[in-house]
Amino acid sequence: MADTAVPLEAGAETAHRPGLLKRILFHNLPAKIAALPMMATVLVVFVGCTIWTVYYSFTNSKLLPTGKFVGFDQYERLFQTSRWNVSVTNLVAYGAMSLVFTLVIGFILAVLIDQKIRFESAFRTIMLYPFALSFIVTGLVWQWIMNPTLGLQGTLRNLGWSNFSFDWIANPRMVLFAMLIAGLWHGTGFCMVLMLAGLRGVDEEVWKAARVDGIPTWRTYVSIVIPMMRGVLITAIVILGSGIVRLYDLVVALTNGGPGISSEVPAKYVFNYMFSGGNIGQGLAAATMMLLTVLIIMVPWAYLEFGGKGKRT
Amino acid sequence: MSQTATMTGSAPVASGEVVEARGPRPKPFFTPRKIIIYSVLVMFSLYYLFPLYVMVVTSLKTMPEIRFGNIFALPQAPNFDAWVKAWTSACTGLTCQGLSPGFWNSVKITIPSTIVSIFIAAVNGYALINWRFKGSEIFFAILIFGSFIPYQVMLYPLVMITREMGIFGSLQAVILIHTVFGMPILTLLFRNYFASLPQELFKAARVDGAGFWRIFFEIMLPMSLPIFVVALILQITGIWNDFLFGVVFAGTQNYPMTVQLNNIVNSAQGTPEYNVNMAATVLTGLVPLTVYFVSGKWFVRGVAAGAVKG
Amino acid sequence: MQHSVSIKDLSLNFGNVKVLEHLNLDIAQGEFIVLLGPSGCGKSTLLNCIAGLLDVSDGQIFIGGKNVTWLEPKDRGIGMVFQSYALYPQMTVERNLSFGLRVAGMPKDEIARRVARAAEILQIQPLLNRKPANLSGGQRQRVAIGRALVRDVDVFLFDEPLSNLDAKLRSDLRVEIKRLHQRLKNTMIYVTHDQIEALTLADRIAIMKNGVIQQLADPHTIYNKPTNLYVAGFIGSPSMNFIAGTVDGTTFTAADGTKIPVGAYDFAAAPAGSLKAVLGVRPEHIFLGEDADDVPYRTTAEIEIVEPMGSETLAWTKVAGIPVTFRCSSDIPLNVGDKVTIGFDIARGSLFNAETENRL
Repeated sequence: MADTAVPLEAGAETAHRPGLLKRILFHNLPAKIAALPMMATVLVVFVGCTIWTVYYSFTNSKLLPTGKFVGFDQYERLFQTSRWNVSVTNLVAYGAMSLVFTLVIGFILAVLIDQKIRFESAFRTIMLYPFALSFIVTGLVWQWIMNPTLGLQGTLRNLGWSNFSFDWIANPRMVLFAMLIAGLWHGTGFCMVLMLAGLRGVDEEVWKAARVDGIPTWRTYVSIVIPMMRGVLITAIVILGSGIVRLYDLVVALTNGGPGISSEVPAKYVFNYMFSGGNIGQGLAAATMMLLTVLIIMVPWAYLEFGGKGKRT
Repeated sequence: MSQTATMTGSAPVASGEVVEARGPRPKPFFTPRKIIIYSVLVMFSLYYLFPLYVMVVTSLKTMPEIRFGNIFALPQAPNFDAWVKAWTSACTGLTCQGLSPGFWNSVKITIPSTIVSIFIAAVNGYALINWRFKGSEIFFAILIFGSFIPYQVMLYPLVMITREMGIFGSLQAVILIHTVFGMPILTLLFRNYFASLPQELFKAARVDGAGFWRIFFEIMLPMSLPIFVVALILQITGIWNDFLFGVVFAGTQNYPMTVQLNNIVNSAQGTPEYNVNMAATVLTGLVPLTVYFVSGKWFVRGVAAGAVKG
Repeated sequence: MQHSVSIKDLSLNFGNVKVLEHLNLDIAQGEFIVLLGPSGCGKSTLLNCIAGLLDVSDGQIFIGGKNVTWLEPKDRGIGMVFQSYALYPQMTVERNLSFGLRVAGMPKDEIARRVARAAEILQIQPLLNRKPANLSGGQRQRVAIGRALVRDVDVFLFDEPLSNLDAKLRSDLRVEIKRLHQRLKNTMIYVTHDQIEALTLADRIAIMKNGVIQQLADPHTIYNKPTNLYVAGFIGSPSMNFIAGTVDGTTFTAADGTKIPVGAYDFAAAPAGSLKAVLGVRPEHIFLGEDADDVPYRTTAEIEIVEPMGSETLAWTKVAGIPVTFRCSSDIPLNVGDKVTIGFDIARGSLFNAETENRL
């Protein structure tokens, strides 16, 4: 192969080595061409769009992203908007409850399923099917079940339990729990599958050893198995956490933010300001805050992951 | 009493004779432990099954029957009128064509998005494992990290990009977006799968003089059927269930089924027809549910694969 | 006399599959028993039954004279060591050793005394504050043994404890286990598929196949007087040479007509008349050249393959048309194609009934 990139003086040894630039470009050329969509996605979408959003969140863009630089004005306004503050509070409250309950219920169900029970696959199928459905379907069916007049409350009152009350969906103070019921219905099966995979990954001989040692089953779970499942737990927390931050469809279908603004969430705030509120700068600032939240979850996790890998080698 | 009996290895019986321990440990059919396990599982199963039951039952009732106010009751005369209306003539606030256009839009979105996203991800995974180049791992790391960024962060710039490309508000735009956001998880899936295949196979093919694409199509693809099935299930259900990208990028004419469904239930004027709403909900859930029940263990594999660390 | 461990008529089925069948085994106090066999022969299953980790389908198990058939593992007076070590990964070595005792509510000073003793015996004192992840394979297995040790029990069960270690460590730990047995003098039941481990460690070996004990005897008997063809073929590396034929009185006739006098063989019961039989001779019981002068059967054979092993040489040849290996000193120069005289030491050979496969 003729080598034009190397000057003649370089001598015979280097003359056969392609130049650095050429190596970067042409080494494994088909692989690089094949990976172009991935590189484009990473550079344009994940890096480019994110930076763009962060940058324009510092402008006063209204209908079009052309506004001038205004510093932290959008953020100041954001945190003076009660709807945003309610959204954030809701997300924190719902997120904490959802995370804890999903993990606890998922783990308990996985432990129960793991007890060499009959009809194991039937139980598993029943627990996971909601996860196959969309949040829209989930939201709508629970909206109907929790319908105060004709749903569960109405039915039980008609059946004679006249002071039965289940109007959470229409009650600003309880609406987050309504969301929780629907959210747990959708997501606990998934968590159960993760936990079950973790439980089944525990060396069977460890269980035998614990039995020979005379350690009760519950104690084996608490002192030996759960610490061994640290990796699965962290993975579950990260996946559930990033899902909670994104929470949007479920709210749209279940309550559409109501009653009033009592079940608003940040993702919905962003969407409304960007596409119907006509205040792009505000939407972008809110989106940037969501990004920040995810970074707060992700960075310690990534640190643990990479830190762990570094120690292992 | 039985506790002390087992301690000595023999159990006294009523007559006072001693039965020597022999064979399997005596196991009563009902133990408190078993009762607790099964009752908790059954309770949770009811929680999971109840909405499905309510959905189906309500959709088969007439409105007067529903207004009677018993969501547990079975329909007195099950009929599919609500299903027909949901499919053909339910109103979304703008038009009254039912869900059927949404269904076909979802088909038109799901099929190409699934094919394109899986193909690109398979090539990515293959290149990342077998044809590593400088920076390929960094791209992959950002890709995985990027999958955790909320979509809202990238949404507006993507609207501008697709508008520049002249495809905003069309099926192509939704397909592109699904391909982009499906890439992290699918690439991870294929990368891990190809990493689990014996590397000698790839080396042997290279020694035989096969190039990038020939190895991919003739060696790797034929061995990748299981992971393709997993990816297929993941993408079909994921894309069918999507709401956000459909509502933003597809344009009013191309709204997928989930968006149509939400409009029928939440934006419709006049008195709500709960039987039609539930029929529409069942119809929308039917495709992913079918995939779920047909695929069985594969769906579980897909779900768990998303959680496997790279 | 009271046996330390006694297994009576033990059977185990998984569904319709019979894993163990009417198995009987008596183990004396302080005896080192090795259960040896290929994978799937039921040896680990038997050990798990003794430990109480598997429920038996029928039969009884006695440990220290006590019927333990229905007892939980912790109440049986056993300690167990596993192939994968099965250490609790998030606990330090010290906690790994003491966890079972703490759960049982033992006084702290007694726990400390036992842990210290186990650590001293196994020489793992410097490791007490480390976690299993920071230990080598050999160290982990020592800790696993220590966990059995602190239980202060009469019976130790080992389930292929050295299989996960490399060859060097395996032979080191083998010696340590032997030393441990000599020091503690308690009963040990040891499962392995490695015949070297079995021959070196055992007081008695139980060779198992398809859930049945084929032969239970001391290593010397197992090696020199295998009770059937299976045991003869399983023990010994390289394995015993087998020649099929018929035996009539004191003459063995191979399939190709070669006659081998077997008058020197110590028949358990002399066969009446002609009988289809298999003659087995170990490679080291075939003598070369002058050494073969005094043995009952000599022949001339051509060397086909020579495998120098360092301390000795293994040579392949054919006798009666059947491939035969023999060992000789590595000092003797052997070349392919050499015609040599070899002789069978029939007195130390084995004869099996070809149909029942049992020793004659």
